[in-house]
Amino acid sequence: MESQERVYYPFRGPFDPCPPVPCKTFVVPPNQFINFQPPNLPQFSLPEALRAGTLWPALFSPYESKSKGGK
Amino acid sequence: MWIYEKKLQYPVRVSKCDVRMARYLTEQYGGADGELAAALRYMNQRYAIPDKVIGVLTDISTEEFAHLEMIATMIYKLTKDASVQELEAAGLGPNYAQRDHALFYQNSEGVPWTAAYIQAKGDPLADLYEDIAAEEKARATYQWLIDMTDDVDLQDSLKFLREREIVHALRFKESVQILIENKDQKKVF
Repeated sequence: MESQERVYYPFRGPFDPCPPVPCKTFVVPPNQFINFQPPNLPQFSLPEALRAGTLWPALFSPYESKSKGGK
Repeated sequence: MWIYEKKLQYPVRVSKCDVRMARYLTEQYGGADGELAAALRYMNQRYAIPDKVIGVLTDISTEEFAHLEMIATMIYKLTKDASVQELEAAGLGPNYAQRDHALFYQNSEGVPWTAAYIQAKGDPLADLYEDIAAEEKARATYQWLIDMTDDVDLQDSLKFLREREIVHALRFKESVQILIENKDQKKVF
């Protein structure tokens, strides 16, 4: 699956008071690429679907907490 | 008419005693982009929208109430055993002063929920685009909440809720497509 994360590089001024964050990210979930879900998409097994929050891998969007590692 | 199933839509397990998160989770309870606002917005808009998409609004509204119940469970678990000192340290002192350990429909800053958060424009496209935006804002709020806790069990439930927002936004996009494509009318070429 193609990455759902997008990166941009904000302006870094010479007088920024705090240590600059070199890049910022945001998520583009798969619903942005589908206008109308086609029939017969592959499905997760039911236990997987419950954990994922969707029946279809094509709609699944992973997200990891930034609380660890820090971004 | 509704049928209530006496279980949560997805299990809620909270493993870390972290009263601070209870306060932040209130954003999804009674905030502008929270589950209550979502549920009431869709439940109301469905009376002035073409028949073909009423069901989408009803279904999603119903599910948002199930999400509201999950958020309430999280907040309840995080606060039920908290001492007054712990609540105060988490910024929930004013809440204790008003209502002890009770939950309330307010955002994370303590501003009470208001119907001014939601709209009903009576125009199907205007309403559905508001709904799509609301889902994306709720998705973003879930992301920031996931960022704010290192409790993996709480993160797990929040990730489920975040994914549901993505699916809901797609269902509203599909509703827009159904309305603009004019599928019932005979085309003559």
